[in-house]
Amino acid sequence: MSPAVKTGLAFVGIALVCLLFADLEITTGHPWREMGRLARGLVTPDFFATERLYEVILHTVAFAIVGVALANILGFLLALVFHYRIVRVGCAFARAIHELFWALMFLQVFGLTAVTGVLAIAIPYAGIIAKVYSEILEESDPSPLQAVPAGSGSISIFLFARLPDAWAHFKTYTLYRVECGLRSSAVLGFVGLPTLGFHLESAFSQGHYSEAWGILILFYLVIATIRWWLRPKWVPFYLLGAVYVLPGGVDVSLENVVRLLSHDIVPHPLRMADSLDAGTAGELANWTWQLLAHQVAPGVVNTVLLTMIALVGSGALALMFFPLISSRFFGPTGRYSGHLFLVVVRSTPEYILAYIFLQLWGPSMLPAIVALSLHNGGIIGHLIGRYTENLSQRPDSPTGVNLYAYEILPRVYPQFLAFLFYRWEVILRETAILGILGIHTLGFYVDSAFADIRFDRAIFLIIVTALLNLVVDALSRAIRARLRLKTRFDEG
Amino acid sequence: MSLFDLRGLCVRYNGREVLRDITLRVEPGERIALVGKSGAGKSTLLNVLYQQQRAESTLIPQDLGLVKSLSVFHNIYMGRLNRHATWYNLLNLVRPVGREVDKVSSLLSKLKLEDKIFEPVGELSGGQQQRTAIGRAIHQGNRTLVGDEPVSSVDEHQARVVLDTLNEAHETVLLAMHDVQLALYTTDRIVGLQDGRIVMDQPTSSLDSNDLKPLYQN
Repeated sequence: MSPAVKTGLAFVGIALVCLLFADLEITTGHPWREMGRLARGLVTPDFFATERLYEVILHTVAFAIVGVALANILGFLLALVFHYRIVRVGCAFARAIHELFWALMFLQVFGLTAVTGVLAIAIPYAGIIAKVYSEILEESDPSPLQAVPAGSGSISIFLFARLPDAWAHFKTYTLYRVECGLRSSAVLGFVGLPTLGFHLESAFSQGHYSEAWGILILFYLVIATIRWWLRPKWVPFYLLGAVYVLPGGVDVSLENVVRLLSHDIVPHPLRMADSLDAGTAGELANWTWQLLAHQVAPGVVNTVLLTMIALVGSGALALMFFPLISSRFFGPTGRYSGHLFLVVVRSTPEYILAYIFLQLWGPSMLPAIVALSLHNGGIIGHLIGRYTENLSQRPDSPTGVNLYAYEILPRVYPQFLAFLFYRWEVILRETAILGILGIHTLGFYVDSAFADIRFDRAIFLIIVTALLNLVVDALSRAIRARLRLKTRFDEG
Repeated sequence: MSLFDLRGLCVRYNGREVLRDITLRVEPGERIALVGKSGAGKSTLLNVLYQQQRAESTLIPQDLGLVKSLSVFHNIYMGRLNRHATWYNLLNLVRPVGREVDKVSSLLSKLKLEDKIFEPVGELSGGQQQRTAIGRAIHQGNRTLVGDEPVSSVDEHQARVVLDTLNEAHETVLLAMHDVQLALYTTDRIVGLQDGRIVMDQPTSSLDSNDLKPLYQN
């Protein structure tokens, strides 16, 4: 058995063990009836329920565009100095913390304003973009450097000999990032910003499923048509428009910021102590222990359980989904519906999927597992489906299940594993955040700490979450290196 | 004073001896062809020579060193990056200045490439790309040219025109060439390399193509 297959089976085994400890109960009284009503909403979408609907879409797009633009500038500048260790570590940390956690932190300083939303997207995205852009620059063709005349300025050399080849990749990647930014922006509504999530939540909580579907369908249209409306030369116009559309009224008191940074986030025992003596140290140890035992430990256990199940779930669904869009298995009509289905599960942020299933089935790990598996399975399925188009095939190859099992699956399997492990860290970050919906992952404890205005605990827990992310990222990289799995930077 | 003066040069690459005991003097105004089989050490020797006189000489590397996503104009303008201020370079990158466009297009008419001036280099044929790299070299305006097979993808007739243009534009010319006829046509001294050694160094006038045949045999 090949090492790649062994690794796959080991992860399936781990997920099965995790399932034994996971809470999968459906607690709502009439889950099927609710699902029926939801399905009815899908066939009777309402695009005119409130006149604010279009404003909501505008806000969602505006936050995404300004956030990604700022992230692009920061990320590009950071990419130029990415060889410094401190920059690499800082960027890794910035992207290990989910947009929603950043939003919760900025909310304390800037309130429900545009600045909170824009920074919540821009900061983690800058961390990702810096890494990707530095990789692109590294891989760009070095041969022009040889032919540049001696004595040229380093900025001129960079602009003429290095930047142009990277530029096309930057543009493609930015388009992809805007798509991610739209999803992030939508989800920011769940913490109160005036984007899609906010309205979706209110429509759902009142059972207005037609209205909810109206919002979602508009959102899918915005994402599916991104190629046509986001043209490079229109970007300045969009930026101006976005700044105009975004809610203003930034009201930052410096006093507040200073108090937050110097007082509120300092662990409680330290803050209360008059001097640093043995007593304070004991209290601090006790504070830390209480936090570790009652919040960090259960939070980490639940986060890891859910992540492992969702990772394997995503893989399983991806292997089922990819034939839907592959010309090896379906004709044009079949592929068309396959694409439509995958666009929907890809474009719906996992947070929103989880929210919907939670309304249907009640709080347990089940909604989160299904949501994460569907969304990530959709993404990987799409990438693998496209990958199968490039495989060569002998004319007399078998068809149907035999083709799948003998010809296609063995060939796509390494690529599939590469994408899956690439998503591992993304799934973990998303799992942590789903705690805000009431599943007891790390996000649950972070959210409660913010709600109780215990910023010291919230920050401590966010740092733990980020560290867990870095560990999984390193683990995933080690496994990919061991199995010699490679993905391109703009995929997955 | 000699332009280049190598005495007993040895170069090792990955533990393999690529150049052995090279002794070579080049005077200003000489036009020299390096000939020999591929792997004989021509490229390495050219690079050594170029590195010695970087500030004064122009290199046409074998892979041309073009930026594929930039236009022919930009790739040629690049030959003078060191002559202009950074802001002026940036301006020309974003919007080519008329004066510079005129200079480049008069150069391109000699190379029969004037209609391609604003086309991305990546979309040109191999021969057109090679002429772009030659344009960049001429635009650079140095006295010495070091070229690694600069006309390998240009057709025979045009190759002669291009080589004449290169000779006109430079005082000293050092070219690696595999086409023996062209080497005899364009240079006045031939240096033959075999297994990293110089095995022949004679004025072109005393040679014909039969004399060079042994260099290409085992």
